[in-house]
Amino acid sequence: MQRSIDIGLNELKAQLVQMAGYLEEAVKNATLAWRNRSREMIERVNAIEDKVNQAHLDVDAACLKLLATQQPLATDLRFILSVVKINSDIERMADQAVNISNNAVYYLQHPPYQDLSDLIRMSEIVRELVKNAIDAFIKEDAVLAQNVLDADDEVDQLKNKVFKDVLAHLKQTPQEVEQGLNVILIARNLERIGDHATNIAEDVIFTISGQDVRHSHFRKKGSPDEK
Amino acid sequence: MTETLLSVQNLNAWFGMHQALKNIQIEFSPQTVTALIGPSGCGKSTFVRCLNRLHEEVPGAYATGKVILQGKNIYESSVDPVLIRRKVGMVFQKPNPFPSLSVFDNVVAGLKLAGIRRKSILMEVAERSLKQAALWEEVKNKLQQPGTSLSGGQQQRLCIARALAVEPPILLMDEPTSALDPISTAKIEELLAELKKTMTVIMVTHNMQQAARISDKTAFFLLGELVEFGQTSTLFTVPKEKKTEQYITGKFG
Repeated sequence: MQRSIDIGLNELKAQLVQMAGYLEEAVKNATLAWRNRSREMIERVNAIEDKVNQAHLDVDAACLKLLATQQPLATDLRFILSVVKINSDIERMADQAVNISNNAVYYLQHPPYQDLSDLIRMSEIVRELVKNAIDAFIKEDAVLAQNVLDADDEVDQLKNKVFKDVLAHLKQTPQEVEQGLNVILIARNLERIGDHATNIAEDVIFTISGQDVRHSHFRKKGSPDEK
Repeated sequence: MTETLLSVQNLNAWFGMHQALKNIQIEFSPQTVTALIGPSGCGKSTFVRCLNRLHEEVPGAYATGKVILQGKNIYESSVDPVLIRRKVGMVFQKPNPFPSLSVFDNVVAGLKLAGIRRKSILMEVAERSLKQAALWEEVKNKLQQPGTSLSGGQQQRLCIARALAVEPPILLMDEPTSALDPISTAKIEELLAELKKTMTVIMVTHNMQQAARISDKTAFFLLGELVEFGQTSTLFTVPKEKKTEQYITGKFG
């Protein structure tokens, strides 16, 4: 028997999945913008952001309606609370993708930076984290969500390495400061997208098990980075 | 360790051949509100009626096990059920003021039965009880009118005042707001927050949101068994038992 709340929950999930699809597209295009030196991709990211912003408002409205009209409890309540938070995370991730495309605007005004291998590796991991966090939400897969939490460490390490290497390079070749600065900014925005992906993974675990793993993960990780 | 006011041990209850409660174990702390939830026929009303020995008043009904109130088993043969009912008051689903009595006489009926006749004492208790039940301001000028002349919500608070007059440490409420409008319901819910400062309230309700709003702890009954008992905030967000989860999310019942 389908409960009346199920219709609303299914619609809500579909809305968030569509929004997540926009986000994945935005992160992919933002990455291709600097990696392939593509101005067309920069335009696409900006166009996608409008869709994400509209979806952000729609999902919040749908959550509010369900809370007010269905008075959900237990799993239903945890699901809606998580959607409210994931909705916010996705919107922020799309903002970070726009930031990256803005960094790319300045980056493309100069010759390519000498070595982008770590940044490319970082962007691939972050895209995988985003995909897995969204998949964990769709499939209600706590194991996949935990994998996202575990994999975020590598992103943080790569960001630190990019910062360190760029700094060392700029000491030798200060004339490349514009390229170097934009590489650092792109790395920072990618790292933040990774952080939001871990937030989503934590919310997925909360939805499934009721366990709030947010601070336990940070304690276990013991990362010196600020969040 | 939390102090226990009322301890229920291996409680079983029958209506003739039908077993309505199965081996219930639960403890109630002082100054708390506990909500009892569960589908119709799950045994929650039978359970509260076992706590003041009302269950056995039904022909063919009986109970086994222990209900220990303030250190004494109320099911011991030497215990007078009438005295237990003074310590464990009860408010029912439908307001049931004594139809032939005034507002005042309804409130002090228990005291008069206990032999207290002095007018000043009765007046003092009536005023205190009606204030506790948040009814005094509405009825102070019509104390001699029939109790049944009040509105439904006022009649229910009159019944609460009547129960409070004998100062029971425990108040049982069996769906006390199910026949009331939202404003009267809100008044009784506000009242519970005040009452629990001095007593323990155990309330049967079918309204999940009400249980979540007013109780410290919640017990979920199903088919005569106590499935889960815990902090209300936990039970309604992260229930331990799958059956609890299914019931409170409307997947059965």
